[in-house]
Amino acid sequence: MPDNLLEIRDLKIEATVCPPGGRPHDITIVHGVSLKLKKGKVLGLIGESGAGKSTIGLSCMAYGRAGVRITGGEVFLNGRDILKSGAADLRALRGKEVTYVAQSAAAAFNPAKKLMNQVIETTIHHGVANRAAAEKRAVSLFRKLGLPNPETFGERYPHQVSGGQLQRAMTVMALCPEPDLVVFDEPTTALDVTTQIEVLAAIKEAIRDTGVAALYITHDLAVVAQVSDDILVLRHGRMVEFGPVKQTIEDPHEDYTRALVSVRSIVHEEKQPTTEPLLAVESVTARYRGTNFDVLKNVSVELYPGQNLAVVGESGSGKSTLARAITGLLPPSQGEFRFAGRMLSPELKHRAREDLRELQMIYQMADVAMNPRHTVGTIIGRPLEFYFGLKGEGKRQRIQELLDEIEMGKGFIDRYPAELSGGQKQRVCIARALAARPKMIICDEVTSALDPLVADGILKLLLDLQETEGVAYLFITHDLAMVKAIADSIAVMYRGSVVRYGPKSDVLAPPFDDYTDLLLSSVPETELGWLERVLAHRRIESAGN
Amino acid sequence: MTRIPISALVGLVLTGVFFVVAVFGDFFAPYGMAEIVGDVWEPSSSEHWLGTDAIGRDLLSRVIFGGRLTILIATAATILSFTTGSILGFTAATIGGWIDQALSRFVDLIMAIPPLILALVVLSVMPVTPVVLIVVMGLLDSTRVYRLSRAVAVDITVMDYVEVARLRGEGRPWVIFREILPNALSPLVAELGLRFIFAILFISTLSFLGLGVQPPLADWGGIVKENKEGLVYGVAAALVPAIAIAVLAISVNLVADWVLNRTSSLKGSRGA
Repeated sequence: MPDNLLEIRDLKIEATVCPPGGRPHDITIVHGVSLKLKKGKVLGLIGESGAGKSTIGLSCMAYGRAGVRITGGEVFLNGRDILKSGAADLRALRGKEVTYVAQSAAAAFNPAKKLMNQVIETTIHHGVANRAAAEKRAVSLFRKLGLPNPETFGERYPHQVSGGQLQRAMTVMALCPEPDLVVFDEPTTALDVTTQIEVLAAIKEAIRDTGVAALYITHDLAVVAQVSDDILVLRHGRMVEFGPVKQTIEDPHEDYTRALVSVRSIVHEEKQPTTEPLLAVESVTARYRGTNFDVLKNVSVELYPGQNLAVVGESGSGKSTLARAITGLLPPSQGEFRFAGRMLSPELKHRAREDLRELQMIYQMADVAMNPRHTVGTIIGRPLEFYFGLKGEGKRQRIQELLDEIEMGKGFIDRYPAELSGGQKQRVCIARALAARPKMIICDEVTSALDPLVADGILKLLLDLQETEGVAYLFITHDLAMVKAIADSIAVMYRGSVVRYGPKSDVLAPPFDDYTDLLLSSVPETELGWLERVLAHRRIESAGN
Repeated sequence: MTRIPISALVGLVLTGVFFVVAVFGDFFAPYGMAEIVGDVWEPSSSEHWLGTDAIGRDLLSRVIFGGRLTILIATAATILSFTTGSILGFTAATIGGWIDQALSRFVDLIMAIPPLILALVVLSVMPVTPVVLIVVMGLLDSTRVYRLSRAVAVDITVMDYVEVARLRGEGRPWVIFREILPNALSPLVAELGLRFIFAILFISTLSFLGLGVQPPLADWGGIVKENKEGLVYGVAAALVPAIAIAVLAISVNLVADWVLNRTSSLKGSRGA
């Protein structure tokens, strides 16, 4: 029996990329990465997008996505170099010795087949067990992963179960053929925090009980700290640090790891409400046309000039709808908005240009918030032209000022959005909002599509700009760590209602209502043993009830 | 500039030649369009490269002038159909509601009738002049352009950047021409080539049926019609304009194919 189940030596992976408008060329995405994984252990692969995490994960099955080539190194699995294996060998290996759990279970399941048939397909195909035995095993795994009605769960279709349940079903699919190694590729990233913690706990328990080894890929250090034994930190396809989880988190050797650990170190002093609110949302109720269900129920919140209000909640809580109502895209059926001492017309088309100018918005997906056929100069310049009538040299000068403010240089003015990185795109969107000299900016999940370090930079920029421009922010987010860092007041939303609202220090201090407690305790912390502690705490509480 | 595949290059050169000959027809044509210069259906000779037609006119000159008419009418009709169709399509997509419904159902109604039948009916009660031909063909074709541009624009209007423009307070012209049009251009340009070919086939068909360009003027379809009796006697005069139609259609198609391929792989990049 070899010592290491998986050993990767000096892995090099190249890919051919076709940048928009340019010639296809080759780039190296993994530069000589080596790692070892013992039987029954969990290795966390962590890094930003583009770090090569998923590519390395797939190379454990000697697989490369389209356009990706493994050009060097060795991948030993159970003592043999699988990169030298033939197609038949690999077919026997994939789905039996190594299995894979993808990020989006919703996209990975066939909507036309029942879950059971999909979950046990590879097990039967590889001849690990016959149908009856495989089903029995699947049911026991359903039970182990805490799925409801394990006996009949497999009879359902993918659309009949929730996202978190589907992700767990996929884990069952991966564990069913009794593999030696499971590759988890961001299995909880697409889930809400309160669901994430359940799935995380289920995965961790299943790994422990079955004794399988796992490669756990994520960008979230807090998650990796809960499930892994070792951590490999990657950046731009290079190894930054490789070591036991405790040492990596408590005493990182490299600057980059230290930055990852100390991310969200933003300090923002909580401000007290002043006399006159900038925006007052008064008992707003709203529903989408053609439905008979209120998405917002009697919502009242206030935002003071130069301050930050964070609206938190899970997906479906109505927080983005609140933003749509404030901007006039969804006129409320009841209630009203007061903005800077004036009444805001409920409908966008009746609003004065001043109202539109003073109330700007920044979106989650910066790449679809910018017209791909406009240059940065046009994108930032249009509000200047539209609201202030700036033209020619004056406009160009102001664009340059704005680009300086968002810490981007001269060269960007003639670039297209496709030529910018994710963080730069979001910065351009911020500049576009600032160009209107607004009093208030709605930030709809502005950092959730970004890597932690980049997101940190964006938040710092927003806060710096608040100092100089005096603008107020309404943050719409599910990221409680960010809320804790930057909010002055917080509104917690649940199913269309505000369940808790007030200054940050009050909202985040006990006693909590049930939902806020659940939400707050579900946010992963980069602290060893956090998951067990929370789960134990919850068990005690439910026993007490 | 990326490399142009050989097929597209051939298409580009041939299409170019056709357009140049059409525009500078007077320079290339050895005789006038309606000038009778010889016997009926003379075979090709050094004086008449392609021989003469059913009443003794020089066939080469006739094909050149006929090509000019065909290409002129087809181009004008295509331009008309694209401006009407895309503006109406974009407007319907941005406004939505009952205006969209009314326009779309009206277009469905028109498209339910075979365009050739509809054109024949309209042209049989109208004076048949090139302008009327252009208007009839352009409007009939604009229904297809409407469908395409509405479908493309519906996808674009839900993008956040269009919402940004609306929140800024931009008027409809800015939304249509600056936000939607640049992003809808690629599929429309590819469609333009195809619609142009169909316009050529359509005008040729109409003329062949006698409801297109009226004598003594003639477009390619008309020249085929005038000389079709000759085929019985082994005179190939009718084939010359027919081949011209085929070659132009194929070469424009080659270019359109290339544009289509290029734009589908380069979505969202700079320029078009």
